[in-house]
Amino acid sequence: MLPMILRGNAICFGDDINTDYIIADHYKAASADVNEVAKYVFADYRPEFREQVRPGDVLVAGRNFGCGSAREAAPRVLKASGISCVIAKSFARIFFRNAINIGLPVLECDTSAIKAGDELAVDIETGIVDDFTLPLQVRGLPMPSIMAAILHEGGLVAYLRRHGDLVLPENVARKG
Amino acid sequence: MGRTISEKIFSAHVGRDVRAGDIVVSPLDLVFWDDSNRPQACDVFREMNGTRVFDPRKIAAFLDHGANVHNLAIASVHRTMRGFCREQGIALYEAGEGIEHQLIPERGLAGPGDIIVGADSHACTAGAINAFAVGVGSTDLATGLLTGKLWFRVPKTVRFVLDGRPGRGVYSKDIILHLLRLIGAGGAIYEAIEFTGPAIAGLSMESRFVMTNMAVEMGAKTGLMEVDDVTREWLAARVRRPGSEFTSDPDAESAREFKIDVSALEPQVARPHSPANSAPIGEAIGTPIQQAVLGTCTNGRLEDFREAALVLKGRKVSPHVRLFVTPASRTVMQEAMSEGLIDVFLEAGAVIGTPGCGGCTGGSGFAIPGDGVNMISTANRNFRGRTGNNSAFIYLASPATVTASAIEGAIADPRSYL
Repeated sequence: MLPMILRGNAICFGDDINTDYIIADHYKAASADVNEVAKYVFADYRPEFREQVRPGDVLVAGRNFGCGSAREAAPRVLKASGISCVIAKSFARIFFRNAINIGLPVLECDTSAIKAGDELAVDIETGIVDDFTLPLQVRGLPMPSIMAAILHEGGLVAYLRRHGDLVLPENVARKG
Repeated sequence: MGRTISEKIFSAHVGRDVRAGDIVVSPLDLVFWDDSNRPQACDVFREMNGTRVFDPRKIAAFLDHGANVHNLAIASVHRTMRGFCREQGIALYEAGEGIEHQLIPERGLAGPGDIIVGADSHACTAGAINAFAVGVGSTDLATGLLTGKLWFRVPKTVRFVLDGRPGRGVYSKDIILHLLRLIGAGGAIYEAIEFTGPAIAGLSMESRFVMTNMAVEMGAKTGLMEVDDVTREWLAARVRRPGSEFTSDPDAESAREFKIDVSALEPQVARPHSPANSAPIGEAIGTPIQQAVLGTCTNGRLEDFREAALVLKGRKVSPHVRLFVTPASRTVMQEAMSEGLIDVFLEAGAVIGTPGCGGCTGGSGFAIPGDGVNMISTANRNFRGRTGNNSAFIYLASPATVTASAIEGAIADPRSYL
């Protein structure tokens, strides 16, 4: 189970960061093992990223984060780099699902004021983000309860192992 | 209140009336994956303690992204996939047979009204035959393999009502590039797109696939079209099982609706580094290019090759340009050979690649541009680094524009060749 409040410093990106930028296809195709592929996180787009990132850091982005390819390697290499969660103005839907499925918390919120290096606390249950450096508090969009349930159990593999089948939790009403 | 195509397809699958915003667990009609993902869906399936897939008849696997098998990692992934598919009785489409998004309609693996998930973002291509088809990652795909189900939020719908007829030298690729600029790269996130109107009715199935293929470039969950006689004729020759056709009600609720007349549209070019960075060709004309790619799941079909051959026949590619051609499937290649199109390309100086994803992604091991190269491609994405070199510049256009540009060594208006 994941901790519900994540603390770390902001690493900032702009709009439309696609999954090719996060993990370029030629690195992905060069290995059959995602752990090996993880060494090349943002390798062409922002080569200093891997040296810069500290365990727990929060990736802060603009609109449409994770657009493009469906590659699940994208959230996996971010998680492997030490990123504790991603907050963005909006997410591409496949990335958003993939992140939750592999147990990387993601939150949609207004990130426009947050600056690189800001000290953040992200409460993934309430969707409240505190920027202690500014200071500022923003409230994010709650994720559908099915996603919260999957994330709560650490991802979809753990969820399926526990429930044996894809069943909606009791509290998932018709509206998500 | 009427219902959209998406609302009707999900309602039919879950046996109750569902609307945009509802969360459902739906049975799946087709589950497919390819050789590009790390980890592989079959590996995640094992992690889930999976032993047997839910129904091998509803599953397909494709060796297309690494069709050139140019390194050991790809050879190893192919070996794993072959073993898994043999063990589970799943149909496997070998390297060289073609791209998944071409083979699914071409081999009749999907029909109208189906819900399809594929571990590739361009799974949405099948929406042109009225199927709800979405891209997912390996873990969702593995869940589909194991349970035959997946959870969805029924999407809101954005409608493009397209009127008129595209002029000479203007194709469905130009229409979709224009719509992309209009709505933006993230303009339809979480939403389904319905393409409709007289302009769609006038398009062949092959041209329609170009548009649904690129719905995901708008951030859309999928792109859908209604069934008409063109669709029925296409399906009758390919799909054996009956399907259910779904139309959008006139009073269905759409999030946004755009009405566009395509008659006045000019050929379009998307400039680096986003497919939404498109403009009428006049704004890019004369840009020197050193490489051109004809093919991919967007524009690697027979119709595309015919259009390209019309431009190239009796002409040569500029000595400053390499033209790479990859058919979307082996069948496309065979048909193109019997019509003499491949000869036209070879005589013009083109390199012919393995049917598959070559030339589109850097991982395909084919047609990787050198530093500083400008390339023009019929593909769907021109992100920086997409084709394997971070310092190349990719332009996107129709097959006619790409081949006209290959002849001139600079981005060229195809209308002077038609």
